[in-house]
Amino acid sequence: IHFVLLISRQGKVRLTKWYSPYSQKERAKVIRELSGLILTRGPKLCNFVEWRGLKVVYKRYASLYFCMCINQGDNELEVLEIIHHFVEILDRYFGSVCELDLIFNFHKAYYILDELLIAGELQESSKKTVARLIAAQDSLVEAAKEQASSISNMIAQAAK
Amino acid sequence: MTGPSLMDSLFQRTLEDLIKGLRLHLVHESTFISKSLDEIRREVRSPDLDTKAAAVQKVTYLRSLHGVDDSFAAFPAVELAASPRFRHKQIAYLAASVSFHSATAVLLLLTNQLRKDLNSSNEFEVSLALQCLSVVCNLDLARDLTPEIFTLLSSSKQLIRKKAIATILRVFGEYPDAVRVCFKRLVENVESSDPQTVSAVVSVFCELASREPNSYLPLAPEFYRVLVDSRNNWVLIKVLKIFANLAPLEPRLAKRIIEPIGEHMRRTGAKSLMFECIRTIVTSLSDYDSAVRLAVAKVQEFLVDDDPNLKYLGLQALSIVVPKHSWAVVENKEFVIKSLSDTDPNIKLEALRLVMAMVSEDDLSEICRVLLNYALKSDPEFCNEILGSVLATCSRNVYEIIIDFDWYVSVLGEMTRIPHCQKGEEIESQLIDIGMRVKDVRPELVHVGRDLLIDPALLGNPFLHRVLSAAAWVSGEYVKFSKNPIELMEALLQPRTGLLPSSIRAVYIQSAFKVLTFCLHSYLFAKEAVASSSSCAYDLESGASDSIPEKGCPEGSNLATSEALASSEQNEDFNRSFLCQSVEDNCTENDGDTLVAPGPSSSSASLNKLQFTRGSIINLLDLIKTALGPLAGSHEVEVQERAWNVLGLIKLVEQEIQDTPMQNEGKFVMEELKASEIMKLMHDAFFGELGPVSKSAQERVPIPDGLMLKENLNDLETVCGDVQLPSTCSFSLGKPHFEESSGSLFDFQKKEELEPSSESTSMLAEHRKRHGLYYLPSEIKETTSSDYPPANESKLAISVSVSDDVDYLVKLTEQSLVPKKKSNQTKPRPIVVKLDERDGVRIAANKPESKNDLISGAVREVLLGNEGIPTSSQGKHFDKLSSKTRGKEKIAIVQPLGSTGLLANAGNSELANSSPRRSKHVSHGKEKKPRSPRNNAEGCEERSYRDKKKGDHRHVKNKARQSADGGVNVVAQTPVIPDFLL
Repeated sequence: IHFVLLISRQGKVRLTKWYSPYSQKERAKVIRELSGLILTRGPKLCNFVEWRGLKVVYKRYASLYFCMCINQGDNELEVLEIIHHFVEILDRYFGSVCELDLIFNFHKAYYILDELLIAGELQESSKKTVARLIAAQDSLVEAAKEQASSISNMIAQAAK
Repeated sequence: MTGPSLMDSLFQRTLEDLIKGLRLHLVHESTFISKSLDEIRREVRSPDLDTKAAAVQKVTYLRSLHGVDDSFAAFPAVELAASPRFRHKQIAYLAASVSFHSATAVLLLLTNQLRKDLNSSNEFEVSLALQCLSVVCNLDLARDLTPEIFTLLSSSKQLIRKKAIATILRVFGEYPDAVRVCFKRLVENVESSDPQTVSAVVSVFCELASREPNSYLPLAPEFYRVLVDSRNNWVLIKVLKIFANLAPLEPRLAKRIIEPIGEHMRRTGAKSLMFECIRTIVTSLSDYDSAVRLAVAKVQEFLVDDDPNLKYLGLQALSIVVPKHSWAVVENKEFVIKSLSDTDPNIKLEALRLVMAMVSEDDLSEICRVLLNYALKSDPEFCNEILGSVLATCSRNVYEIIIDFDWYVSVLGEMTRIPHCQKGEEIESQLIDIGMRVKDVRPELVHVGRDLLIDPALLGNPFLHRVLSAAAWVSGEYVKFSKNPIELMEALLQPRTGLLPSSIRAVYIQSAFKVLTFCLHSYLFAKEAVASSSSCAYDLESGASDSIPEKGCPEGSNLATSEALASSEQNEDFNRSFLCQSVEDNCTENDGDTLVAPGPSSSSASLNKLQFTRGSIINLLDLIKTALGPLAGSHEVEVQERAWNVLGLIKLVEQEIQDTPMQNEGKFVMEELKASEIMKLMHDAFFGELGPVSKSAQERVPIPDGLMLKENLNDLETVCGDVQLPSTCSFSLGKPHFEESSGSLFDFQKKEELEPSSESTSMLAEHRKRHGLYYLPSEIKETTSSDYPPANESKLAISVSVSDDVDYLVKLTEQSLVPKKKSNQTKPRPIVVKLDERDGVRIAANKPESKNDLISGAVREVLLGNEGIPTSSQGKHFDKLSSKTRGKEKIAIVQPLGSTGLLANAGNSELANSSPRRSKHVSHGKEKKPRSPRNNAEGCEERSYRDKKKGDHRHVKNKARQSADGGVNVVAQTPVIPDFLL
């Protein structure tokens, strides 16, 4: 997988993850091209688009398009399943996920994606495991946060 | 003073605030972003880590979704990564993986932090570091962190192990030497009991094998076992991919895997796995008929499915299979054709490719008919896809598929008339190409060209201008096949040609020039022929009107008196229209008749059908004068130049033609002769045959001894003086490399011509001066080639034509233009373009290869030891031997590797563990069969000794291994041997 894009129906980018090196300019161009290409496609068409000798597999969930770019020889159906997998995990994590969840918790979406894919390869095919891992990390974060907030409270009080 | 930092941390916007703010400021988003960026810039400098973290997080958000430049936040992110708090680390690594790339300067600073985290006892910290590394990895990082990752490869925590495995792929990519250290452990992980780990390893090998499969053949047994045992679809798909890459290299392997693949196909319900099986079969196992049949049967299921995805993939699978098994498509032909009208453009496109793949000589015209109908109906984009693929298919291998060129040319004409057609350039080049390559089709070509030129609607479509230019060129070049040159001339000069770009107008005028030359030539010659038979033969307009309907009889036979002529001049207006009409009538009559026979004496043949009367010629001249007169003042150099050429010629000839009746007989004959002499020259110059010239023709021209190209150029400059200078300048203006060479070739040819007639150097120089001027700067297209002999020159010819000798020389030079035309005519465009393209591709192709070579080279080294790394080109015939020896060598190399570095002690036990796997390599070889019954230690040992003798300089190491753990090896080996390979 070369990159993962989440694009909203209005063409707003919600998440990007690049596994192959692309410069910022190229990234912007890719996003522009692909959103033009994919958003215009009707609902009953197939989920694959050929693009610059690569293939983009996309799937629409509610108002979000999940796109993944793969090599010509990769298995499109497998990637579709990865997308679905990702969405299910998000769903499980956020509890019926919606676009706003992803907007405000973009870093969490990244963490989940990182658990799922590394270097463009599927890592974890078990939803439960991903959920467990994320939960564990979250608890770590929470613990740290509490600590932090108590400290900043102390500072704040000291400052008064 | 608590300082700004505290205030910042108290009143800092959180990420959420930022996002909300962004959503509120939809209109002035960019100003809002830059304002927040300023804020962030301040905040990241804060010593308070929480503030910094929030700032970094915000900038990460902006970077990933709005693409702002966040290089200023790179260093703070590194600082943040050093924070002991997990949350900070998380944010920092996320920022790093989003915005860092392999050239980011601060990566160096990150190395230590990554190392620390990779060694951390907290598995989440390790995994964060790995994730980050997998994105930002560069050569330095890879080199420095290889030991850490190596340790992690055998980590007891499977979460870390699998991530380490995935990361190693990037590390290999950046730092091939890492392969030497890590490869063995990586391979061991294939045997892992944890499915996730296996999946990760298989993915890595899948990637590696897709780049360079040869090196991984020795690992086939492991993959085979995964293929048979695993029930995890993810893993199976990857393993199938590996085999798809390996199978073509090793026929016996292909035979082995067919069975399990078929098994999977029958068993599985998962479409993705099914499709992967199909693809593996059609790409790599297409020699096995039964498997292909099974696959095609499954593809048919895909095709009839409602899911457009499956349809699409089914078509794609078919298109892979079609080169070898065209029956597969023929069986599904109906469906494929139906898919052409699918709603999904991708499916249509795929179907189109399939259709084009299955065309043959027999059904070409039928398929083209169907496709053109589709093209008429469909949207512009797809229409042009269709046209493009038809054009590409038909022109494949120099039109090998086409038998009936007349048909094809008319198809080209038809394509032009399809409203959405935008393939002007392709059609143009094919028209010209065919015209030059295929002699027999020229009459039809001219016919098609005429139809295109006459149609005024086509002039309005800018995409078709190129086609028109081709049509004009064809009509001009092959005007001798034309049934009605006058009509052609009218088409070429119609007022709407003003819509054309100047370069194409120039072609039009040039073609008009040729047509005119042709007309005058045939006119004068017919007359001359008559003049020789009957002494007072000059045609009269009144007579001409009679003569035209009676085709076949020369107009001169209709003698008329000079009074009639006088009156006819008053009636000229009437006659003109009448003439035009009658000529057209004549033409339409001819249409019904057979085509003009493309005989050798075609000009005379067409003369029989076409009557050029004096009147018609004068009309023609008038027409040209009115049409081109204004253009003589055109700002476009090309147009102006050519217009002047034509006008000049007319001036020259017209005078004589019109004057003749007023003058006395004797002078008339002489004048006429002069005119016809000119026309003959012009005609000869133009109607030499143009042939296609191969791309490499220029290289094949041998350079005669003693001919120095450089010298020549210098000579010429002295001869031509300053006149030559501008032309040489214009040479180097364009594409420097090629122009130069063509220039030198040109000069060189010129020199060659000079040799026979060296006494006329100055004349030639004169001639060349003009020639060069017209010749060089015009880079437009073919017409440029036939451009040079302008009116001026014929004047020149006249001025000197007093003496026969010089006249002869002029003729000589004129004729000598023809070969030059040839060489120039196809060269400029095709060669330059193609050369550039090829170079570009070569450079592009070279790049990735080198890296892969590095990796696979290292892999080979690990697998085979240092001995004779076989290049991939050695390929197949080596396989028998090398697959055997490879297996052996691998055993041999393990020991030295094991004893180096970290696992000095582990060596023995590991060897024992992994030996069953390796032993299968041993059995991989052909040698296995006779040996297999001997399942005892001696046999095996003996075998490896024998091999040792073959692999000469690995001798010592082999021995070491042998003595160290040969026994263990053998014991474990025995039970597995019958398992693999028949």
